[in-house]
Amino acid sequence: MSMGLERWLNSTEAGAESTAEGGVPRRTFLKLSAAAGGGLLLSFILPRIIWNSEATGATTAEVFAPNAFIRIGRDSRVTLIMPYVEMGQGTDTSIPMLIAEELEVDLRQVTLEAAPPDDRQYANPIFQFQVTGASASVRAAWEPLRRAGATARTMLVSAAAQTWNVDMTSCRAEKGEVVHVPSGRRLTYGSLVETVATLPMPDHVALKDPKDFTLIGTSAKRLDAPDKVNGKAQFGIDVKVPGMKIATVAACPVFGGKLANVDDSKAKAIKGVHQVVRLDNAVAVIADHMWAAEQGLAALDIQWDEGPNATVSSADIVQQLESASLGPGVIAYEDGDVAKAMAGAVKKVEAVYQMPFLAYATMEPMNCTVHVRKDGCEVWVGSQVLARAQATAAEVTGLPLDKVQVHNQSLGGGFGRRLEVDVIAQAVQIAKQVNGPVKVVWTREEDIQHDKYRPYYYDRIAAGLDEQGMPIAWSHRISGSSVIARWFPPAFKNGLDPDAVGGEAEEFPYKLPNRLVEYVRQEPPGIPTGFWRGVGPTHNVFVVESFIDELAAVTKKDPLAYRRDLLSKSPRAKAVLELAAEKAGWGQPLPEGQGRGLSVQFVFGSYVAQVAEVEVAKSGEVRVTRVVCAVDCGMVVNPDTVRAQMEGGIMFGLTAALFNEITLKDGRVEQSNFDDYRMLRINEAPAVEVYLVKSAEAPGGIGEPGTTALAPALTNAIFAATGKRIRKLPVNRVELHSA
Amino acid sequence: MITLNVNGKSHELDVSPDMPLLWALRDMLHLTGTKFGCGMALCGACTVDLDGQPIRSCVTPVVEVSNKKITTIEAIGQTSSGAKVQKAWLDLEVIQCGYCQSGQIMSASALLAANPHPSDTDIDKAMAGNICRCGTYHRIRAAIKQAAQSNVKGA
Ligand code: FES
Ligand code: FES
Repeated sequence: MSMGLERWLNSTEAGAESTAEGGVPRRTFLKLSAAAGGGLLLSFILPRIIWNSEATGATTAEVFAPNAFIRIGRDSRVTLIMPYVEMGQGTDTSIPMLIAEELEVDLRQVTLEAAPPDDRQYANPIFQFQVTGASASVRAAWEPLRRAGATARTMLVSAAAQTWNVDMTSCRAEKGEVVHVPSGRRLTYGSLVETVATLPMPDHVALKDPKDFTLIGTSAKRLDAPDKVNGKAQFGIDVKVPGMKIATVAACPVFGGKLANVDDSKAKAIKGVHQVVRLDNAVAVIADHMWAAEQGLAALDIQWDEGPNATVSSADIVQQLESASLGPGVIAYEDGDVAKAMAGAVKKVEAVYQMPFLAYATMEPMNCTVHVRKDGCEVWVGSQVLARAQATAAEVTGLPLDKVQVHNQSLGGGFGRRLEVDVIAQAVQIAKQVNGPVKVVWTREEDIQHDKYRPYYYDRIAAGLDEQGMPIAWSHRISGSSVIARWFPPAFKNGLDPDAVGGEAEEFPYKLPNRLVEYVRQEPPGIPTGFWRGVGPTHNVFVVESFIDELAAVTKKDPLAYRRDLLSKSPRAKAVLELAAEKAGWGQPLPEGQGRGLSVQFVFGSYVAQVAEVEVAKSGEVRVTRVVCAVDCGMVVNPDTVRAQMEGGIMFGLTAALFNEITLKDGRVEQSNFDDYRMLRINEAPAVEVYLVKSAEAPGGIGEPGTTALAPALTNAIFAATGKRIRKLPVNRVELHSA
Repeated sequence: MITLNVNGKSHELDVSPDMPLLWALRDMLHLTGTKFGCGMALCGACTVDLDGQPIRSCVTPVVEVSNKKITTIEAIGQTSSGAKVQKAWLDLEVIQCGYCQSGQIMSASALLAANPHPSDTDIDKAMAGNICRCGTYHRIRAAIKQAAQSNVKGA
């Protein structure tokens, strides 16, 4: 999910960039054929990660297995079979832009078709199975989609040239047509598709020079927006199937607990309640509508068998982490001799940083609609992992995969929560006991208390400084649960979670000698942890950027100057840092009680720097007035989407840093709704300015870096305003009160 | 029997009087543009218009609104402030996942209908009850101002 993990995955990749038989680069491998129903079908392969050596032959010419498709109809319409899911990040618009640019068609001429769940056909090229996440969609599709578009364009031009019997170089593609420039004759793509099907594939196609882009780099309008301002857009929770019942559910409030007994006599007496379904660890009330289901649930008398985690509390968990963090960890990164350098340092600085469990709280509560029949199962759900959703339903029903149909829906927020299939498994279990389709909707309370949580991290960090105050030794030990070990076990090797160290292994932006990064896996009893927006880097960027600020303070240097001196090997990081600082007016005086803080990072393939401006009241109340964000995410496909993702990411990061922590008492999550799991509101939202750096590098991710950069910029600003260093999130306003 | 007047149409519903309007709209009338977010008047996703006032339908029993004029996101575009807000929302690309936006648009339309030229403080007051988890606040503010601007031009 983070760069660290992705790099790690790439290192096991066997030859995706190498050439197949015939010398055609494998990733350009395309096939043309007639489309069912007329027109042309261009099938191609998006490169994919290959996990084990047996699978290395999978993409050779003999077993050509395309996983992406472009259809050009006789009516010139272009259809892209799309293996990604829209969840608010604008992918539905950015991905077609890549095709439209090279194919020389209007963006409106491109239609998307959702890919059915099938790992082998629609696998995401960065991860082996179908998944939207990791800020990866545009990054993964960048090269192959443009190449496919360019191939189709080249062949359409050549078909037109052949029709007119003129030289190809005198023809040009524009707006869905081929033009013979000297004579002005035109042919639509639709009229050429039959001819194209008879042509051989070109060996080489030229991609457009970025300076000739007319679409990539422009702020094309989001295609999904119109239906989202008038109530027409359908999310998973809006699904309606004939004969459908509505259910709501209560799972055992203690993780790992079971249902012991339930008296449902009162619930069944409520008008509109049909049935009470018992699962191993939950009870569901099936009703005509959500109101009856909710009332029914409240009327149940439930006894839980709370199991081994009934006494777990946050204090225990933190204590376990603290002790675990004393022991050695597995080495995630090692450069030089840290012990020796530390011993020779003029000064040693040490700190402990902690970050809490966090819930996703997607705006659309968890839900899933299922119809189980004897011979099949249908599922309607908004998921980031369609194929897993399908496999889960197959497993729970015992049906073969091809008898399970999953209809993906728009996601009312993903942020990583919809990479999980727990809700789907539960809904299918419920539906197995219900006659006809049933929509299972979680209440907000259920959502907050049965989430997957961002791991609690407990980090020990130390640096040794030379006479000038510059770090000559650095050691960082990260302790926390492993999401990878649960979610994707093959990537958890030798005790190392490559995501947990993301942002602090290879992608570390600073140049300093003698650096050691260790990881200690410590699982909190029973509590499931997940990939929360920004994943591993959300915590590592906070720790690293706070600690760098501490070193600058110890050395009595300006935090900007101090960082700049350490960024000699990373001109792109230095450039965003300087841009953010300049735009924010770094160094200009601020009134008492106010301060500026900055952060810089290289994660998800993108460079981001932020400057936050805060006001800390005597009461300890923190108000963020302004955030300036500079981004170098390589070639920008849609600048407005990048800006929107940064703005949203900043609010997401700020909400967590200021307000959020999930705590446990008696094995239960103590928070339940937006009153005790507070969300930032418009009156608390800072002004945000986003500046994009022009770059010709390959695109980086944009969904997560806005979030990861925020917390340290905020806490460094609080330090500048008050002299108080925040080493534990969320920001404790009571502590600031005394400041 | 409860009579609900929604978007100019009258509906007879055989439901208990204490049923929240939200579920009557979503599960009985299948007007799913109005969203469920918290069920406790904390997030604003369920905002609808009742005789010109924005209300949280998740905590409003149907009996209280029986025979009153209810407008939902599906019909707010037919009012002049609603249409301006929707247009500004599209012009400024406010939307991310979109789930909260029905509620945001309902609150913003009610604000502009009552106060054609809101100040920042007015906007804060009217919109603070609407949470956006995707963090589109920055653009919501700008879009409300743009929609108000079209009031000036009489557009
Ligand atoms: S659902 Fe009504 S305010 Fe949240
Ligand atoms: S747009 Fe996603 S919650 Fe507001």
